[in-house]
Amino acid sequence: MAGSQIEQKPFYQILKRKITILILVVSFFPMILTTGIIFYRFNRTYTDKIAAHISELVQKHTQNIDTFLLEKLGNVRYLARHIENAQVPPDFLHRQLGLLKTEYKDVFTDLGLVDQNGIQFAYEGPFRLENADYSGAPWFINAREKPFYISDVFAGLRGHPHFIIAVKIRSKGSECLLRATINFTAFNSLVENIHIGKTGMAFIINSQGQLQTQTDLRIDPSIMASMASREGYKHHKTMFARKQDPSGKNYLYVTSMFENIDWLMVYRQDVKDAFHDLWKTQVLALGLFAIGCIAILSVAFTLPRNIVTLILQADKKSEVMNKQVVESGKLATIGELAAGIAHEINNPVAIMVEEAGWIEDLLEDEDLKESKNWDEFKRALRQINTQGRRCKEITHKLLSFARKTDSTVNDVQVNDAIIEIVSLTAQMAKYNNVTIETDLNQGIPYIRISPSELQQVILNLINNAIDAMEKTGGTIKIETKVSKLEKNNVVISIQDDGPGIPKNNLTRIFDPFFTTKAVGKGTGLGLSICYGIIQKMGGKIDVHSQVEKGSRFRIWIPFQTAEIEPTHVHEINKRGENI
Amino acid sequence: MKTIKLLLVDDERAFLDTMTKRLEKRQIGVWAVYSGTDALDELEKNKGIEVVILDVKMPGMDGMETLVEIKKRFPLLEVVMLTGHATVETAIDGMKLGAFDYLMKPCDIDLLLSKVTAAASKKRKQEEKIVEARIKEITGRQI
Repeated sequence: MAGSQIEQKPFYQILKRKITILILVVSFFPMILTTGIIFYRFNRTYTDKIAAHISELVQKHTQNIDTFLLEKLGNVRYLARHIENAQVPPDFLHRQLGLLKTEYKDVFTDLGLVDQNGIQFAYEGPFRLENADYSGAPWFINAREKPFYISDVFAGLRGHPHFIIAVKIRSKGSECLLRATINFTAFNSLVENIHIGKTGMAFIINSQGQLQTQTDLRIDPSIMASMASREGYKHHKTMFARKQDPSGKNYLYVTSMFENIDWLMVYRQDVKDAFHDLWKTQVLALGLFAIGCIAILSVAFTLPRNIVTLILQADKKSEVMNKQVVESGKLATIGELAAGIAHEINNPVAIMVEEAGWIEDLLEDEDLKESKNWDEFKRALRQINTQGRRCKEITHKLLSFARKTDSTVNDVQVNDAIIEIVSLTAQMAKYNNVTIETDLNQGIPYIRISPSELQQVILNLINNAIDAMEKTGGTIKIETKVSKLEKNNVVISIQDDGPGIPKNNLTRIFDPFFTTKAVGKGTGLGLSICYGIIQKMGGKIDVHSQVEKGSRFRIWIPFQTAEIEPTHVHEINKRGENI
Repeated sequence: MKTIKLLLVDDERAFLDTMTKRLEKRQIGVWAVYSGTDALDELEKNKGIEVVILDVKMPGMDGMETLVEIKKRFPLLEVVMLTGHATVETAIDGMKLGAFDYLMKPCDIDLLLSKVTAAASKKRKQEEKIVEARIKEITGRQI
């Protein structure tokens, strides 16, 4: 027994491990695969989508600004063509500025004509800049070599950020420049209005990486410079770059080149902000993944344990049941054997006893009375007789084992049956200095069993108890009640305070022919007969015993509730209470 | 003690022979047969037999069948059933069918003897009663 249990333990552990691994593999593999693929695809798609969105936005604004600049340049060139080949009327600039202002509001700040030497000989505007000398100004130097020129933003003589559109005019062999100042605020607002998310904003830088718009950015100059390089730029295309600030923040930079001027439109957004939704989805996905993992892990570790526990219990149950089947099979075999033995042994024994009797008869006649062995002959013959009777008793018991003594079932009140048996055994108990106490609960329903079988069982148990306390004396407690744990069962408990049963014997006491009584005193069949009877009744019998403390036998017998009407039970209960 | 005429019926020869010897030693006239049919034949031949000891378990015609037949043909004969333990119920059934008593093997010779005697005396009493009744009838007729 112990061996089999030790063998079984690793078996259950292996089973548990196998189920766990199976669950883990079967659940994790598809989950990781699915989540991974979806995660990757979604990431890519979403990144592409955002990039496309930003790119389009940036391009649109680049085009807007391009258009703006082209339009303003057009205006100035149109004016310049008026001046070419014609005498300039004194109020020309004044009139034209007025017209431009009505058309474009405050976009144009002033107009001026600058000669070859950089002297502004004509000016119209809010500042007093007649005869101002621009010969040293960078824009003048650049503008002189081209038909038209748009300058970077600078403070200039007026100390106010602005930029200049200059167009070269050829008239009467000499060259001069028509210069228009664009209101920086108006231009700035074009860029300022680009806002996406919390951190998305746009600005413009020139070829040197200098800011051309009024934006509070505090961007590292090196980043600006690196962006200013024109390498790899194409028209109508945007460039993406991710750069880290000195503060450690990651920024997404999207740049696009202007067509008409050597400037760059730069759009900057915090990476976190730009991909905020993606990030949120990722967190959600990871969270769900984590929850899934936890769920799988908990299932993978608890489910097998529960399953294995259930299997273990089922195995134990079936083991017990197997034992019971073996036990009842044993009993059946013993029964058949017993009947055979009884028939086969009894006749020879009868003949032997008869022959012994015949010898006894003959001895009376013969002249052997004088023989010195006369008494021995007589004794031996008597012994044969006695032993013959003993054989008879054994076969008799064996047969009661095989046969149903009187198995006609009846409605039996257990308490009455016990009272009857106790009165039967009272004499023997008194003789052995044993007292029998009864605690018979009222309200026990009638049970449909064979009364003589019940008597046999209880009598057997009481006799055993009395035998056990033969030398010491003691008390037998008999208790009856309706079982609380086992539904619809009557429990009869017979407890003695005798010497108890040693553990070694405890598992064998229901085995046929197992006895601890002296040779000739017990057949070893009493308890196995009881066992067989109780099994047949559909009940069960168990024993608890402690050496030196005593033994307790308990019998459970089921009763059918259907056969007893509820009112009947009630009556019995009531009667019980009244008593 | 008057000699009783007894028929022993058992298929177990060794048992039967010894039993015969022991009973003869006790002044009982014993006829022994080994089967039910032999028993019926013997009873036809020997009208003096008063008591039959009949084993319940026999091959061929068993004790119960033999008993029924005996009671049918010789209603005044007394029959004592002899059984092993396994057939106590049969013996009881036999008594219900008119057997005088039953005995269990192995049986005490004195107990057997007393039962046989009782059976014989019962039979004799019954016979006497019949005789008396006849006499009464005859005497009555004469009057």
